[in-house]
Amino acid sequence: MASLKELRARIGSVKSTRKITSAMKMVAAAKLRRAQSHAEAARPYAAAMRQMLGELAGAMAGQDGAPQLLAGTGNDRVHLLIPITSDRGLAGGFNSNINRTTKLTIRRLQAEGKTVKLLPVGRKGFDFLSRDYADLIIDHVIGVGGKEIPFSAASDLGAKITKRLENGEFDVCTVIYNQFRNVMSQVPTPLQLIPLGLDATEAKPDPDAAQYEFEPDEQTLLERLLPRNLQVQIYATLLESAAGEQGARMTAMDNATRNAGKAIDRLTQTYNRTRQTNITNELIEIISGAQAL
Amino acid sequence: MPIKVEIISPEKVLVSRDVDMVVMPGEEGDIAAMPEHAPMMLLLRGGIVTLYDGETPKERYFVGGGFADMTPTRCTILADEAVPATEISIDEATARLEELTEAWGAADKTDVARLEGLMAKIQSVQAEIDAGSGNHP
Repeated sequence: MASLKELRARIGSVKSTRKITSAMKMVAAAKLRRAQSHAEAARPYAAAMRQMLGELAGAMAGQDGAPQLLAGTGNDRVHLLIPITSDRGLAGGFNSNINRTTKLTIRRLQAEGKTVKLLPVGRKGFDFLSRDYADLIIDHVIGVGGKEIPFSAASDLGAKITKRLENGEFDVCTVIYNQFRNVMSQVPTPLQLIPLGLDATEAKPDPDAAQYEFEPDEQTLLERLLPRNLQVQIYATLLESAAGEQGARMTAMDNATRNAGKAIDRLTQTYNRTRQTNITNELIEIISGAQAL
Repeated sequence: MPIKVEIISPEKVLVSRDVDMVVMPGEEGDIAAMPEHAPMMLLLRGGIVTLYDGETPKERYFVGGGFADMTPTRCTILADEAVPATEISIDEATARLEELTEAWGAADKTDVARLEGLMAKIQSVQAEIDAGSGNHP
Protein backbone atom coordinates (compact mmCIF):
# COMPACT_ATOMS: atom_id res chain seq x y z
CA MET A 1 0.00 0.00 0.00
CA ALA A 2 1.35 3.39 -1.02
CA SER A 3 2.00 5.89 1.72
CA LEU A 4 -0.21 8.94 2.19
CA LYS A 5 2.49 11.23 0.89
CA GLU A 6 2.89 9.22 -2.31
CA LEU A 7 -0.85 9.21 -2.86
CA ARG A 8 -1.04 12.98 -2.39
CA ALA A 9 1.69 13.44 -5.00
CA ARG A 10 -0.09 11.11 -7.43
CA ILE A 11 -3.38 12.97 -7.03
CA GLY A 12 -1.61 16.27 -7.56
CA SER A 13 0.05 15.11 -10.74
CA VAL A 14 -3.13 13.61 -12.22
CA LYS A 15 -4.94 16.86 -11.43
CA SER A 16 -2.43 18.90 -13.37
CA THR A 17 -2.59 16.43 -16.24
CA ARG A 18 -6.33 16.92 -16.29
CA LYS A 19 -5.87 20.66 -16.44
CA ILE A 20 -3.57 20.32 -19.42
CA THR A 21 -5.79 17.93 -21.34
CA SER A 22 -8.90 19.99 -20.73
CA ALA A 23 -7.07 23.12 -21.90
CA MET A 24 -5.92 21.27 -25.02
CA LYS A 25 -9.48 20.22 -25.63
CA MET A 26 -10.70 23.81 -25.48
CA VAL A 27 -7.96 24.96 -27.83
CA ALA A 28 -8.72 22.14 -30.26
CA ALA A 29 -12.42 23.01 -30.17
CA ALA A 30 -11.70 26.63 -31.06
CA LYS A 31 -9.28 25.63 -33.80
CA LEU A 32 -11.72 23.07 -35.11
CA ARG A 33 -14.37 25.69 -35.66
CA ARG A 34 -11.94 27.84 -37.60
CA ALA A 35 -10.62 24.93 -39.63
CA GLN A 36 -14.12 23.82 -40.47
CA SER A 37 -15.17 27.24 -41.69
CA HIS A 38 -12.02 27.40 -43.81
CA ALA A 39 -12.76 24.04 -45.34
CA GLU A 40 -16.30 25.13 -46.05
CA ALA A 41 -15.23 28.45 -47.59
CA ALA A 42 -12.92 26.64 -49.98
CA ARG A 43 -15.62 24.32 -51.25
CA PRO A 44 -17.33 26.61 -53.84
CA TYR A 45 -14.08 27.10 -55.73
CA ALA A 46 -13.49 23.38 -55.98
CA ALA A 47 -17.09 22.80 -57.04
CA ALA A 48 -16.98 25.50 -59.74
CA MET A 49 -13.66 24.12 -60.91
CA ARG A 50 -15.10 20.63 -61.25
CA GLN A 51 -18.01 21.96 -63.24
CA MET A 52 -15.76 23.84 -65.64
CA LEU A 53 -13.53 20.81 -66.09
CA GLY A 54 -16.59 18.72 -66.78
CA GLU A 55 -17.78 21.11 -69.49
CA LEU A 56 -14.33 21.23 -71.00
CA ALA A 57 -13.83 17.50 -70.95
CA GLY A 58 -17.25 17.12 -72.54
CA ALA A 59 -16.33 19.53 -75.31
CA MET A 60 -13.03 17.78 -75.86
CA ALA A 61 -14.39 14.25 -75.81
CA GLY A 62 -13.12 12.32 -78.78
CA GLN A 63 -10.09 14.49 -79.34
CA ASP A 64 -6.77 12.90 -78.55
CA GLY A 65 -3.68 14.40 -77.09
CA ALA A 66 -5.18 14.86 -73.63
CA PRO A 67 -2.57 16.18 -71.18
CA GLN A 68 -0.85 13.74 -68.84
CA LEU A 69 -2.45 15.31 -65.80
CA LEU A 70 -5.84 14.17 -67.10
CA ALA A 71 -5.06 10.91 -68.83
CA GLY A 72 -1.92 9.81 -67.01
CA THR A 73 1.13 8.39 -68.70
CA GLY A 74 -0.70 5.36 -70.00
CA ASN A 75 1.24 3.12 -67.62
CA ASP A 76 0.42 1.75 -64.18
CA ARG A 77 3.87 0.87 -62.95
CA VAL A 78 5.15 3.51 -60.56
CA HIS A 79 2.82 4.74 -57.83
CA LEU A 80 3.37 7.94 -55.90
CA LEU A 81 1.63 7.98 -52.52
CA ILE A 82 1.08 11.18 -50.59
CA PRO A 83 0.00 10.43 -47.02
CA ILE A 84 -1.20 13.56 -45.23
CA THR A 85 -0.64 13.60 -41.47
CA SER A 86 -0.27 16.31 -38.85
CA ASP A 87 2.94 17.73 -37.45
CA ARG A 88 1.89 17.20 -33.86
CA GLY A 89 0.71 14.16 -32.00
CA LEU A 90 -1.75 13.74 -29.15
CA ALA A 91 -4.63 13.40 -31.56
CA GLY A 92 -5.81 9.89 -30.87
CA GLY A 93 -5.66 7.56 -33.84
CA PHE A 94 -5.53 10.40 -36.35
CA ASN A 95 -1.97 9.82 -37.54
CA SER A 96 -1.64 6.13 -36.84
CA ASN A 97 -4.70 5.42 -38.99
CA ILE A 98 -3.10 7.15 -41.94
CA ASN A 99 0.21 5.45 -41.28
CA ARG A 100 -1.42 2.05 -41.11
CA THR A 101 -3.41 2.63 -44.31
CA THR A 102 -0.27 3.83 -46.06
CA LYS A 103 1.70 0.81 -44.94
CA LEU A 104 -1.01 -1.57 -46.11
CA THR A 105 -1.23 0.22 -49.47
CA ILE A 106 2.54 0.03 -49.92
CA ARG A 107 2.52 -3.70 -49.15
CA ARG A 108 -0.39 -4.32 -51.52
CA LEU A 109 1.20 -2.38 -54.38
CA GLN A 110 4.56 -4.02 -53.86
CA ALA A 111 2.93 -7.44 -53.81
CA GLU A 112 1.43 -6.56 -57.19
CA GLY A 113 4.93 -5.82 -58.43
CA LYS A 114 4.54 -2.05 -58.63
CA THR A 115 7.17 0.44 -57.67
CA VAL A 116 6.11 2.73 -54.83
CA LYS A 117 7.40 6.20 -54.11
CA LEU A 118 6.39 8.30 -51.11
CA LEU A 119 5.94 12.00 -50.56
CA PRO A 120 4.70 12.31 -46.98
CA VAL A 121 3.13 15.57 -45.83
CA GLY A 122 3.36 16.27 -42.10
CA ARG A 123 5.99 15.33 -39.57
CA LYS A 124 4.22 12.34 -38.04
CA GLY A 125 3.86 10.46 -41.29
CA PHE A 126 7.38 11.31 -42.36
CA ASP A 127 8.87 10.07 -39.08
CA PHE A 128 6.89 6.86 -39.20
CA LEU A 129 7.64 6.05 -42.82
CA SER A 130 11.32 6.95 -42.46
CA ARG A 131 11.71 3.97 -40.15
CA ASP A 132 10.61 1.28 -42.59
CA TYR A 133 10.54 2.87 -46.00
CA ALA A 134 13.27 5.49 -45.94
CA ASP A 135 14.47 4.42 -49.38
CA LEU A 136 11.04 5.01 -50.93
CA ILE A 137 10.69 8.61 -49.76
CA ILE A 138 11.56 10.98 -52.56
CA ASP A 139 10.56 14.20 -50.83
CA HIS A 140 8.57 15.43 -47.87
CA VAL A 141 6.71 18.50 -46.70
CA ILE A 142 6.57 19.57 -43.07
CA GLY A 143 5.00 22.56 -41.41
CA VAL A 144 1.85 22.79 -43.50
CA GLY A 145 -0.69 22.10 -40.78
CA GLY A 146 -0.10 25.34 -38.95
CA LYS A 147 -2.67 27.81 -37.77
CA GLU A 148 -3.83 28.74 -41.21
CA ILE A 149 -3.09 26.85 -44.38
CA PRO A 150 -2.20 29.26 -47.17
CA PHE A 151 -3.16 28.30 -50.68
CA SER A 152 0.49 28.64 -51.62
CA ALA A 153 1.25 25.48 -49.62
CA ALA A 154 -1.05 23.53 -51.91
CA SER A 155 0.21 25.20 -55.07
CA ASP A 156 3.84 24.47 -54.14
CA LEU A 157 3.00 20.85 -53.56
CA GLY A 158 1.02 20.74 -56.80
CA ALA A 159 3.94 22.23 -58.71
CA LYS A 160 6.27 19.60 -57.25
CA ILE A 161 3.97 16.81 -58.32
CA THR A 162 3.47 18.23 -61.82
CA LYS A 163 7.22 18.56 -62.28
CA ARG A 164 7.83 14.96 -61.24
CA LEU A 165 5.10 13.80 -63.59
CA GLU A 166 6.71 15.69 -66.46
CA ASN A 167 10.03 14.06 -65.61
CA GLY A 168 8.29 10.71 -65.87
CA GLU A 169 9.01 9.78 -62.25
CA PHE A 170 5.63 8.15 -61.63
CA ASP A 171 2.47 7.01 -63.41
CA VAL A 172 -0.23 7.18 -60.75
CA CYS A 173 -0.52 9.64 -57.89
CA THR A 174 -2.73 9.03 -54.87
CA VAL A 175 -3.27 11.11 -51.75
CA ILE A 176 -4.13 9.33 -48.51
CA TYR A 177 -5.84 11.70 -46.13
CA ASN A 178 -8.30 11.76 -43.27
CA GLN A 179 -11.72 12.55 -44.59
CA PHE A 180 -13.65 14.62 -42.12
CA ARG A 181 -16.95 12.88 -41.39
CA ASN A 182 -17.68 14.57 -38.09
CA VAL A 183 -15.85 15.53 -34.94
CA MET A 184 -15.73 11.93 -33.74
CA SER A 185 -14.77 10.14 -36.92
CA GLN A 186 -12.15 10.75 -39.54
CA VAL A 187 -11.85 8.15 -42.23
CA PRO A 188 -8.53 7.47 -43.95
CA THR A 189 -9.40 7.82 -47.63
CA PRO A 190 -7.32 7.34 -50.75
CA LEU A 191 -7.94 9.93 -53.46
CA GLN A 192 -6.41 9.43 -56.87
CA LEU A 193 -5.13 12.69 -58.35
CA ILE A 194 -3.36 11.47 -61.47
CA PRO A 195 -4.74 10.30 -63.79
CA LEU A 196 -7.79 12.32 -62.96
CA GLY A 197 -10.80 10.06 -62.85
CA LEU A 198 -13.11 12.43 -64.69
CA ASP A 199 -15.88 10.08 -65.61
CA ALA A 200 -18.53 10.74 -68.20
CA THR A 201 -21.28 11.20 -65.62
CA GLU A 202 -19.54 14.24 -64.25
CA ALA A 203 -19.25 15.77 -67.68
CA LYS A 204 -22.97 16.09 -68.21
CA PRO A 205 -23.45 18.79 -70.80
CA ASP A 206 -26.93 20.24 -70.69
CA PRO A 207 -28.42 19.29 -74.06
CA ASP A 208 -30.54 22.46 -74.15
CA ALA A 209 -27.64 24.79 -73.50
CA ALA A 210 -25.91 26.47 -76.39
CA GLN A 211 -22.46 25.27 -77.37
CA TYR A 212 -19.72 26.74 -75.21
CA GLU A 213 -17.21 29.08 -76.73
CA PHE A 214 -13.67 28.89 -75.46
CA GLU A 215 -11.13 31.63 -75.36
CA PRO A 216 -8.35 30.72 -76.00
CA ASP A 217 -8.94 27.21 -77.39
CA GLU A 218 -9.97 24.17 -75.35
CA GLN A 219 -6.50 22.68 -75.30
CA THR A 220 -4.86 25.76 -73.81
CA LEU A 221 -7.63 26.21 -71.28
CA LEU A 222 -7.41 22.60 -70.22
CA GLU A 223 -3.66 22.85 -69.87
CA ARG A 224 -4.11 25.81 -67.53
CA LEU A 225 -7.07 24.40 -65.64
CA LEU A 226 -5.60 21.00 -64.84
CA PRO A 227 -2.61 22.09 -62.74
CA ARG A 228 -4.96 24.50 -60.99
CA ASN A 229 -7.40 21.71 -60.32
CA LEU A 230 -4.61 19.58 -58.89
CA GLN A 231 -3.71 22.36 -56.49
CA VAL A 232 -7.32 22.90 -55.51
CA GLN A 233 -7.81 19.23 -54.78
CA ILE A 234 -4.67 19.14 -52.67
CA TYR A 235 -5.80 22.28 -50.89
CA ALA A 236 -9.15 20.70 -50.12
CA THR A 237 -7.52 17.58 -48.68
CA LEU A 238 -5.12 19.68 -46.61
CA LEU A 239 -7.99 21.71 -45.17
CA GLU A 240 -10.05 18.65 -44.48
CA SER A 241 -7.14 16.93 -42.83
CA ALA A 242 -6.51 20.01 -40.68
CA ALA A 243 -10.12 20.04 -39.53
CA GLY A 244 -9.93 16.30 -38.87
CA GLU A 245 -6.78 16.75 -36.82
CA GLN A 246 -8.47 19.22 -34.51
CA GLY A 247 -11.55 17.05 -34.27
CA ALA A 248 -9.49 14.00 -33.42
CA ARG A 249 -7.48 15.92 -30.87
CA MET A 250 -10.60 17.31 -29.28
CA THR A 251 -12.10 13.83 -28.93
CA ALA A 252 -8.86 12.36 -27.64
CA MET A 253 -8.41 15.13 -25.08
CA ASP A 254 -12.01 14.87 -24.00
CA ASN A 255 -11.46 11.19 -23.27
CA ALA A 256 -8.20 11.91 -21.50
CA THR A 257 -9.87 14.54 -19.31
CA ARG A 258 -12.63 12.14 -18.38
CA ASN A 259 -10.15 9.36 -17.60
CA ALA A 260 -8.12 11.71 -15.46
CA GLY A 261 -11.27 12.61 -13.52
CA LYS A 262 -11.97 8.94 -12.87
CA ALA A 263 -8.37 8.31 -11.83
CA ILE A 264 -8.59 11.20 -9.37
CA ASP A 265 -11.78 9.79 -7.83
CA ARG A 266 -10.17 6.39 -7.44
CA LEU A 267 -6.99 7.78 -5.95
CA THR A 268 -8.89 10.04 -3.57
CA GLN A 269 -10.86 7.06 -2.30
CA THR A 270 -7.69 5.05 -1.75
CA TYR A 271 -6.18 8.07 -0.01
CA ASN A 272 -9.11 8.43 2.38
CA ARG A 273 -9.21 4.72 3.13
CA THR A 274 -5.51 4.67 3.86
CA ARG A 275 -5.86 7.71 6.10
CA GLN A 276 -8.71 6.07 8.00
CA THR A 277 -6.76 2.83 8.42
CA ASN A 278 -3.81 4.76 9.76
CA ILE A 279 -5.95 6.62 12.29
CA THR A 280 -7.64 3.39 13.40
CA ASN A 281 -4.28 1.71 13.81
CA GLU A 282 -2.98 4.61 15.87
CA LEU A 283 -6.07 4.54 18.08
CA ILE A 284 -5.74 0.79 18.64
CA GLU A 285 -2.12 1.29 19.61
CA ILE A 286 -2.97 4.09 22.07
CA ILE A 287 -5.86 2.21 23.64
CA SER A 288 -4.00 -1.06 23.98
CA GLY A 289 -1.07 0.87 25.42
CA ALA A 290 -3.38 2.50 28.00
CA GLN A 291 -4.96 -0.84 28.90
CA ALA A 292 -1.58 -2.45 29.45
CA LEU A 293 -0.82 0.04 32.24
CA MET B 1 -32.82 41.31 -66.11
CA PRO B 2 -29.76 40.96 -63.94
CA ILE B 3 -26.97 38.44 -64.15
CA LYS B 4 -25.68 36.56 -61.14
CA VAL B 5 -22.00 37.12 -60.61
CA GLU B 6 -19.73 35.12 -58.33
CA ILE B 7 -16.11 35.93 -57.67
CA ILE B 8 -14.48 32.97 -55.99
CA SER B 9 -10.92 32.72 -54.77
CA PRO B 10 -9.47 29.43 -53.54
CA GLU B 11 -9.97 30.58 -49.95
CA LYS B 12 -13.51 31.93 -50.12
CA VAL B 13 -16.40 33.43 -52.05
CA LEU B 14 -15.88 37.18 -52.34
CA VAL B 15 -18.99 38.21 -54.23
CA SER B 16 -22.23 36.48 -54.96
CA ARG B 17 -24.98 38.81 -56.09
CA ASP B 18 -27.00 40.10 -59.03
CA VAL B 19 -25.59 42.85 -61.22
CA ASP B 20 -26.38 44.22 -64.67
CA MET B 21 -22.96 43.85 -66.23
CA VAL B 22 -19.51 42.53 -65.37
CA VAL B 23 -16.39 43.69 -67.18
CA MET B 24 -13.40 41.42 -66.75
CA PRO B 25 -9.87 41.22 -68.09
CA GLY B 26 -9.74 38.33 -70.55
CA GLU B 27 -6.36 37.01 -71.63
CA GLU B 28 -7.10 38.28 -75.15
CA GLY B 29 -8.75 41.55 -74.16
CA ASP B 30 -11.40 42.85 -71.79
CA ILE B 31 -14.80 41.29 -72.07
CA ALA B 32 -18.19 42.12 -70.64
CA ALA B 33 -20.65 39.56 -69.36
CA MET B 34 -24.27 40.61 -69.73
CA PRO B 35 -27.53 38.68 -69.46
CA GLU B 36 -28.14 36.39 -72.43
CA HIS B 37 -24.48 36.22 -73.30
CA ALA B 38 -23.57 33.04 -75.18
CA PRO B 39 -21.96 30.45 -72.90
CA MET B 40 -18.26 31.02 -72.84
CA MET B 41 -15.22 29.99 -70.91
CA LEU B 42 -12.17 32.16 -70.84
CA LEU B 43 -8.80 32.63 -69.33
CA LEU B 44 -8.27 35.82 -67.32
CA ARG B 45 -5.12 37.87 -67.01
CA GLY B 46 -4.28 39.90 -63.91
CA GLY B 47 -6.48 42.97 -63.86
CA ILE B 48 -9.67 44.58 -62.66
CA VAL B 49 -13.16 43.13 -62.58
CA THR B 50 -15.83 45.82 -62.53
CA LEU B 51 -19.42 45.22 -61.47
CA TYR B 52 -22.07 47.50 -62.99
CA ASP B 53 -25.53 48.31 -61.69
CA GLY B 54 -27.24 49.88 -64.69
CA GLU B 55 -24.66 52.11 -66.31
CA THR B 56 -22.65 52.95 -63.23
CA PRO B 57 -19.63 50.97 -62.06
CA LYS B 58 -20.39 49.95 -58.47
CA GLU B 59 -17.56 47.77 -57.25
CA ARG B 60 -14.10 46.92 -58.46
CA TYR B 61 -12.03 43.88 -57.63
CA PHE B 62 -8.50 43.08 -58.51
CA VAL B 63 -7.97 39.51 -59.73
CA GLY B 64 -4.54 38.01 -60.29
CA GLY B 65 -5.47 35.83 -63.22
CA GLY B 66 -7.88 32.93 -63.29
CA PHE B 67 -10.81 31.58 -65.25
CA ALA B 68 -14.33 32.72 -66.00
CA ASP B 69 -17.37 30.68 -66.86
CA MET B 70 -20.20 32.63 -68.49
CA THR B 71 -23.70 31.43 -69.20
CA PRO B 72 -26.79 33.44 -70.15
CA THR B 73 -27.82 33.75 -66.49
CA ARG B 74 -24.64 33.75 -64.49
CA CYS B 75 -20.96 34.55 -64.55
CA THR B 76 -18.54 32.67 -62.33
CA ILE B 77 -15.06 34.04 -61.92
CA LEU B 78 -12.48 31.69 -60.48
CA ALA B 79 -9.68 33.99 -59.45
CA ASP B 80 -6.20 32.82 -58.47
CA GLU B 81 -6.34 35.65 -55.97
CA ALA B 82 -8.88 38.41 -55.54
CA VAL B 83 -8.95 41.62 -53.51
CA PRO B 84 -11.54 44.39 -53.38
CA ALA B 85 -9.97 47.47 -54.99
CA THR B 86 -10.46 49.42 -51.76
CA GLU B 87 -8.28 47.00 -49.80
CA ILE B 88 -5.24 46.97 -52.04
CA SER B 89 -2.04 47.93 -50.31
CA ILE B 90 -0.23 50.18 -52.78
CA ASP B 91 3.07 50.20 -50.91
CA GLU B 92 3.19 46.45 -50.82
CA ALA B 93 2.26 46.17 -54.50
CA THR B 94 4.86 48.79 -55.46
CA ALA B 95 7.52 46.81 -53.63
CA ARG B 96 6.49 43.71 -55.55
CA LEU B 97 6.60 45.64 -58.82
CA GLU B 98 10.15 46.77 -58.10
CA GLU B 99 11.16 43.21 -57.31
CA LEU B 100 9.68 41.97 -60.56
CA THR B 101 11.29 44.75 -62.59
CA GLU B 102 14.63 43.75 -61.10
CA ALA B 103 13.99 40.12 -61.97
CA TRP B 104 13.12 41.24 -65.49
CA GLY B 105 16.43 43.11 -65.75
CA ALA B 106 18.37 40.10 -64.50
CA ALA B 107 16.46 37.52 -66.51
CA ASP B 108 18.00 35.67 -69.40
CA LYS B 109 16.67 37.49 -72.46
CA THR B 110 16.63 34.30 -74.53
CA ASP B 111 14.35 32.47 -72.11
CA VAL B 112 11.09 33.51 -73.74
CA ALA B 113 8.78 31.47 -71.52
CA ARG B 114 10.22 33.04 -68.38
CA LEU B 115 10.11 36.54 -69.87
CA GLU B 116 6.48 36.08 -70.83
CA GLY B 117 5.65 34.87 -67.32
CA LEU B 118 7.41 37.86 -65.78
CA MET B 119 5.72 40.28 -68.14
CA ALA B 120 2.30 38.91 -67.25
CA LYS B 121 3.12 39.29 -63.55
CA ILE B 122 4.39 42.85 -64.02
CA GLN B 123 1.25 43.84 -65.91
CA SER B 124 -0.88 42.24 -63.25
CA VAL B 125 0.83 44.13 -60.41
CA GLN B 126 0.69 47.34 -62.44
CA ALA B 127 -3.06 46.87 -62.82
CA GLU B 128 -3.32 46.24 -59.09
CA ILE B 129 -1.51 49.50 -58.30
CA ASP B 130 -3.64 51.44 -60.78
CA ALA B 131 -6.78 50.04 -59.22
CA GLY B 132 -5.59 50.80 -55.71
CA SER B 133 -4.68 54.38 -56.49
CA GLY B 134 -7.98 54.95 -58.24
CA ASN B 135 -6.68 56.01 -61.66
CA HIS B 136 -8.27 53.13 -63.46
CA PRO B 137 -9.68 54.33 -66.79
